[in-house]
Amino acid sequence: MKKLMLGNEAIARGAFEAGVRVVSAYPGTPSTEVSECIAKYDEVYAEWAPNEKVAFEVAAGASYAGARSMVCMKHVGVNVAADPMFTAAYTGVNGGLVILAADDPGMHSSQNEQDTRFYARSAHIPMFEPADSAEAKQFTKLAFALSEEYDTPVFVRTTTRLAHSQSFVEEEEREEVPLRPYVKDVSKYTMMPSSAIGRHVAVEAREDRLAADVNGFDINREEMRGTDLGIVCSGVVYQYVREAVPDASVLKLGMVYPLAIEKARAFAGKVKRLVVVEELEPFIENQLKAHGVACEGKSLFSKQGELSVAVIREKLTGVKTEVEKLDLPVRPPVMCAGCPHRGVFYILGKLKLTVTADIGCYTLGAQPPLAAVDTVLCMGASVGMAHGFEKARGREQSKKTVAVIGDSTFIHSGITGIVNAVYNKSNITLIILDNSTTGMTGHQQHPATGLTLKQEPAKILDIVALCKTVGCDSVRVVDSYDLAEVEKAVKEETERDGVSVIVAKRPCALLNRNYPPACTVEDCRKCGMCFRLGCPAIEKQADGSAKINASLCVGCGLCAKVCRFGAIKEGRK
Amino acid sequence: MKANILIVGVGGQGTLLASRILGALAEIEGSDCKLSEVHGMSQRGGSVVTHVKIAPQVTSPIVGVGDADVILAFEELEALRYINYLKKGGTVVVNTQRILPMPVITGARKYPEDILASLEARAGKVIALDALAVAEEVGELRSVNVVMLGALAAHLGVPFERIDAALKAAVKPKLYDINRRALERGYNSREEK
Repeated sequence: MKKLMLGNEAIARGAFEAGVRVVSAYPGTPSTEVSECIAKYDEVYAEWAPNEKVAFEVAAGASYAGARSMVCMKHVGVNVAADPMFTAAYTGVNGGLVILAADDPGMHSSQNEQDTRFYARSAHIPMFEPADSAEAKQFTKLAFALSEEYDTPVFVRTTTRLAHSQSFVEEEEREEVPLRPYVKDVSKYTMMPSSAIGRHVAVEAREDRLAADVNGFDINREEMRGTDLGIVCSGVVYQYVREAVPDASVLKLGMVYPLAIEKARAFAGKVKRLVVVEELEPFIENQLKAHGVACEGKSLFSKQGELSVAVIREKLTGVKTEVEKLDLPVRPPVMCAGCPHRGVFYILGKLKLTVTADIGCYTLGAQPPLAAVDTVLCMGASVGMAHGFEKARGREQSKKTVAVIGDSTFIHSGITGIVNAVYNKSNITLIILDNSTTGMTGHQQHPATGLTLKQEPAKILDIVALCKTVGCDSVRVVDSYDLAEVEKAVKEETERDGVSVIVAKRPCALLNRNYPPACTVEDCRKCGMCFRLGCPAIEKQADGSAKINASLCVGCGLCAKVCRFGAIKEGRK
Repeated sequence: MKANILIVGVGGQGTLLASRILGALAEIEGSDCKLSEVHGMSQRGGSVVTHVKIAPQVTSPIVGVGDADVILAFEELEALRYINYLKKGGTVVVNTQRILPMPVITGARKYPEDILASLEARAGKVIALDALAVAEEVGELRSVNVVMLGALAAHLGVPFERIDAALKAAVKPKLYDINRRALERGYNSREEK
């Protein structure tokens, strides 16, 4: 049956049909829905791991044990998983092992736009790149087969536009792939110098074999049309190319590493002008040039952001799409009305603290009017950065500094940071914004929520007990909505020597939608204090007074607490 | 049916559901269809855009600048923000609801005054309705998206039974009845005027 599917759903379906048994992942836009979709199949064990490194190790272990397995992550997650990944390229696999990596050109929801294709080359792991949902399913199945045939982990790389676009997919039956026997083999699965030396030889031999074979793969497809212009492209960019220059011949690559160099060389010989059209880095272009295939690429196209039909058309045909520039107020993403993070950032801004922050909804605390964040780097970095601030600038600095991290991000990679701070006699204050979920990616479970990816009950990680156990000098819990309590705790803990943790607890406002009535304003004195909260439900009127938009307000009452004149009242319950 | 539709609005207004209903419609009609959505960060009250392309054969999932037959806007300012995507002579179906963006809330910017006139100056046709008021009458404030979708379907000449079947295929059974009322009111909104 033909069905409209997200690219991510199609990858899940492909893995299911390929007989995958074990899937592990950490949520990250734009990869999250792969795990959420695969969790619906009873035949597949699927889990959220605390981070991508653990997820990779789980999938690798399952592969060694003989099961087809998959690990899913966004591009920056690949950095986290890189340690086991590079060496898994040496061990190879037993059951097929597929790595789903989702890039985010244009940074719709990311802190950088790194190009994951370079990981394929540096780790010597082959990489597929589908161009629509049907290919996403097909290539995922091919990836499992190739993994076993060539004894290697295999990447399926997507980008946001592939992951989050829907197109038609033909569903097929699941192939029940039996567990392969597990046989102890130290020379293959125990990586230490004596064995790894041999495996490195195997890696290079495998890559040479694949680099030759790839020229014969059907998924690297030559489409001859006119001979004036030939395009080399892959992924969703192929769709843009077809629309922008329909008469051009195309070498459509289904596998971007290793590259089908000889196929490209033959294609180049058939066209007058060869252009590589690719998003982000000149990954294909530079390899072609290194192999003596003359082509253009980044001399025409930017390394930043996404490509589009209009840009490709303009650069290749000179036909420009005129765009009228309108000067309109921007609408950046904001913390939701009732977001429990808002009050904490309001206090941090009020106390004029240096804030090392982290990755999650609370990154939005950097936006005006809260504008309370100083640094954001990567998952878990807030803790280490605060420690670094103190070691660089001393105790006076750490009295004016706090680290801020979410519950899921703390579990992902903040724990080692706090262990380091304790061990190295730090005096940092860490605020864990515990909203009982993984918020930004759309409410995924994690080890402290009490449920698994499959919504089964699980043990609940006690964050407070954990912080105490690793040796934090002070651990206290506050209600994120209680501004006075938050302010008191922050003042006391930044003054206190040693490592302090404040767990600011309050579930995400979108989790339980049983809201109290909206707040109301009477006799507003136009002081403007409430606007500093940056709540989307509080609107500034032409006369400078505040009005509460009842359709957005969730009655959290934060504005009533900051109003010095008592003009804002919480809705009656 | 052949149409490039850009659905724009504010994160949380339900552009995803609207596009999925149109996807279900394409499925019913046996057309090819591609949808492109934005998830993650921009959903948090930010400006959101969803691309819907329905045709015998669709290549790029993205509606390009100057390529939309219709812009379905759940909010006035967002209609104007994406007006460059409209084809010459294309139609804007716009909800007259205003949701103030943060620079306006804080007083740094003013909400543009004459949006409908600006839209009319640039579009072949503008169909404006107060979908929030309709949704309120229906009894579900969150059905603005489905009210708007009804108006769009009427504009595109899609028979009501067909868009209704698409709705049924795309929403949870317990939400169907109230959404059907919203769809119907939106579909008939032009006759009501």
